[in-house]
Amino acid sequence: MADLSYDFVGIKTPNPFWLASAPPTDKEINVVRAFEAGWGGVVWKTLGEDPPVVNVSSRYGATHYNGQRIAGLNNIELITDRPLDVNLEEITRVKKDWPDRAMVVSLMVPCEEDPWKYILGRVAETGADGVELNFGCPHGMSERGMGSAVGQVPEYVQMVTEWCKKHSDMSVIVKLTPNITDIRSSARAAVRGGADAVSLINTINSIVNIDLDIMAPTPTVDGKGAHGGYCGPAVKPIALNMVAEIARDPECQNIPMSGIGGISNWRDAAEFISLGCGTVQVCTAAMHHGFKIVDDMKTGLSNWMDSKGYKSIDDFRGLAASNVTDWNQLNMNYDVKALIDQDKCIKCGLCHIACEDTSHQAITAERVDGARRYEVVDEECVGCNLCLHVCPVDDCITMVEVDNGKPYMNWNQDPRNPHSKAAE
Amino acid sequence: MGGIADVAAGRLSADELSKNFDDMYPALGESKALIEASRCYFCYDAPCMEACPTGIDIPNFIRKIQTGNYRGSALDILSENIMGGACARVCPTEILCEEVCVRQTQEGKPVTIGKLQRFATDWLMASKEQPFERAELSGKTVAVVGAGPAGLSAAHRLSMLGHDVEIFEALPKSGGLNEYGIAAYKLPHGIAQEEVDFILGIGGITVHHNKALGRDISLSELHEKFDAVFIGTGLGAVRALGFENENIKGVFNAVDYIAKLRQSEDKTDLEIGRKVVVIGGGNTAIDMAVQAKRLGAEDVTLVYRRAPEDMSATHHEQDYAKLNGVTIKHFAKPVELLEQDGQVTGVRFEYTAKGANGALEGTGETFDLMANMVFKAIGQVFIPDPATNSTVSLEIQDGRIVVDENGATSVPGIYAGGDCVYGGEDLTVAAVQDGKVAAHAIDKVLR
Ligand SMILES: Cc1cc2nc3c(=O)[nH]c(=O)nc-3n(C[C@H](O)[C@H](O)[C@H](O)COP(=O)(O)OP(=O)(O)OC[C@H]3O[C@@H](n4cnc5c(N)ncnc54)[C@H](O)[C@@H]3O)c2cc1C
Ligand SMILES: Cc1cc2nc3c(=O)[nH]c(=O)nc-3n(C[C@H](O)[C@H](O)[C@H](O)COP(=O)(O)O)c2cc1C
Ligand code: SF4
Ligand code: SF4
Ligand code: SF4
Repeated sequence: MADLSYDFVGIKTPNPFWLASAPPTDKEINVVRAFEAGWGGVVWKTLGEDPPVVNVSSRYGATHYNGQRIAGLNNIELITDRPLDVNLEEITRVKKDWPDRAMVVSLMVPCEEDPWKYILGRVAETGADGVELNFGCPHGMSERGMGSAVGQVPEYVQMVTEWCKKHSDMSVIVKLTPNITDIRSSARAAVRGGADAVSLINTINSIVNIDLDIMAPTPTVDGKGAHGGYCGPAVKPIALNMVAEIARDPECQNIPMSGIGGISNWRDAAEFISLGCGTVQVCTAAMHHGFKIVDDMKTGLSNWMDSKGYKSIDDFRGLAASNVTDWNQLNMNYDVKALIDQDKCIKCGLCHIACEDTSHQAITAERVDGARRYEVVDEECVGCNLCLHVCPVDDCITMVEVDNGKPYMNWNQDPRNPHSKAAE
Repeated sequence: MGGIADVAAGRLSADELSKNFDDMYPALGESKALIEASRCYFCYDAPCMEACPTGIDIPNFIRKIQTGNYRGSALDILSENIMGGACARVCPTEILCEEVCVRQTQEGKPVTIGKLQRFATDWLMASKEQPFERAELSGKTVAVVGAGPAGLSAAHRLSMLGHDVEIFEALPKSGGLNEYGIAAYKLPHGIAQEEVDFILGIGGITVHHNKALGRDISLSELHEKFDAVFIGTGLGAVRALGFENENIKGVFNAVDYIAKLRQSEDKTDLEIGRKVVVIGGGNTAIDMAVQAKRLGAEDVTLVYRRAPEDMSATHHEQDYAKLNGVTIKHFAKPVELLEQDGQVTGVRFEYTAKGANGALEGTGETFDLMANMVFKAIGQVFIPDPATNSTVSLEIQDGRIVVDENGATSVPGIYAGGDCVYGGEDLTVAAVQDGKVAAHAIDKVLR
């Protein structure tokens, strides 16, 4: 059986599945239930200065898709709304009772050295394994000069990271906000500041819906709404790209990563790990289904690793990162064509109309003795994959490689490129 | 034992009866409808649409349910099929749209098109809106004979196209078999009349009740007085078994009994036998058997002379009857009605078999079934007299009116559709389509 345990920048965890800093990790009662369910670790809900913040009523919005609930979730909650002492006391007790689990404490205080120094000292007393610096929260806190307001300015990220390393022996994880043009600039700042790791992504600025009856965004607080942070399955592709960007950036120096964003099952987790993450963090999926989902995450990952012969997390960690490249490095001579398995085809015609209306008019719609028949015209097919994605039948359309005998040639070498070397 | 007689009303309490004759399937709630609608792939050249006799744009109406555009959805349905609400409940979808749904091909579970259609049309009916408008008036008036699905559909479309319509209906109520024939649990709670009101609500249609063609009016008269005539009189007569004692007490025409049942407010006044035998293999036989059971009959046996696959009742309907406790026997034909003192006591059947050339033969072996009530449901026939015994006479084939693809009969200006025409499917939805098609053909001529 595969070994799921991991040593993440000195923080030992029995499995890579952590709960992200959010409502699931808000209190002792939640965290104990999570540990009982089998989660490897938690990042405690972000602590701040006293007096604690006050939250509004009506806090979450969601994107439901075709009858499926919560493709994406958004929230306008702030950091913990409980006093610092209460949180610290609970953290101390939980860490003592669950010594084998990872206990990371998320922090957000004003951008001055003293408050950071003070709170780091207090957290150190709890026995926690590390801290995560919340530079990511896109709402409420950033308007108070914290959260993503800091995360969006690389100089601040570096400065606060330096303070934390200076005033604490705990591992320092910098949580990155995706609300920035190039994620690498803040990741590089964290590296320069001496961060042990980065975690990403925090939530994305968003308005999930407009209530067309009252003409206001949801969640609606007495007729008004504010932008909130978006998370859940919908954000996973954005998170994966940002993780990959950091993984392949030389200036980021292979900084350890904890992957976050839309992770709902073991497969999502394996994808983040394959891009280089050592642990993953989950929020929305737990908020949707409860803590029990970790059971599938652990056994699913373990069974998949066994089937692939991976014995530990490091055996496959980062394997996909080297296959993420720039567009101009892709092989221009690679050629695939769609192929329809007529026995599997149920004649819905979606491939035809998609290609006909919006792609390359490469799938014919015919009647053969009255029966519908959809067929790919190889000469017209450019291998875009659209039909494959719209086809409702698994493995009915496959993309088949055409062996054209041509060697690898990227765009820089392509004579069709006006600026290519070959064209000169 | 004592107490209740072999034939008696009120075998079940009013409560049980009202449950038994309530909606056979519950309506889809909003969230269930959304989930079901999401199963539709929005097919291109959708097979379901081709299988719908009225050609409803099914993917389109389902997508509109998905997006909450319920009004748009209902209009997609009603603009092709003004009885979309009734059809959603009575169509044998398992041999129409749902049979060919690609989800059926894929996983043996079609999108439940009928239920979704009901969801959308119910929404519009509840809104009480009258969504259709009449075109500029043409000044022409068309006579329609029969206020069943075919006649009402023709009348509505003709009115929409700007023509005035006068309907002549033999019975005191409109709706045809929707009102007098369809099983009570398929169209409960006055739905048939609500739909009639909705259809007539467009205006320009006058219904003359208790006016029968052949009795109160003649075809030649209508032909003369009106700019065009549409005949949608359905099937008036019932096939007989051909026994001398067919008129003894306890022997009924299923359609007559059902008509009475449909008009009964709470079903407590309907007499039903302890032991019931239904003879026949179609919709009517199944509906009769199930409704007899639901009225409280102890044993209901449906006897059909051929194989299960020869029955015109679909598989789904046969299963439904069995689910309701009806015993179905195949390969037996009635040879004698057993009686005592002028009251039926049973039926003697002879086993049948398919002979060498596929023809049905009696085997000579017989068996008796006890019965306090026997229902004949071996098919209805058209009564051609009113259409032929007049100075204008229509061409008839196999006892029904001959029409072309536009519903035009052999006499110019006279059209027909629904069950009374030759070559039809004998389904509500087909009658609606016939009426609609004929209305457009008439409109073309009148312009
Ligand atoms: C018991 C039973 C159950 C059925 N179940 C189903 C089902 O579940 N699903 C389905 O799709 N189909 C079903 N059908 C078939 C369906 O009801 C018919 O196909 C449909 O009603 C035909 O419509 P129509 O307008 O042609 O005739 P009808 O509905 O018969 O309407 C004819 C109208 O004309 C009137 N009329 C008749 N003669 C005259 C006259 N001389 N002068 C004036 N008016 C006249 C009648 O009173 C009636 O109102 C069933 C039929 C029966 C008998
Ligand atoms: C209601 C809610 C509150 C959150 N609060 C915090 C927080 O206090 N600190 C923080 O770093 N991230 C916070 N997050 C962000 C999550 O930790 C996580 O980064 C994000 O939800 C993406 O992961 P997911 O797609 O698994 O939900 C919050 C998210 C939600 C939904
Ligand atoms: S791969 Fe693209 S171009 Fe080729 S058939 Fe499919 S949709 Fe058309
Ligand atoms: S999308 Fe798939 S199932 Fe539908 S017609 Fe095309 S190949 Fe067949
Ligand atoms: S065939 Fe089925 S899936 Fe396709 S459009 Fe019709 S209902 Fe939808």
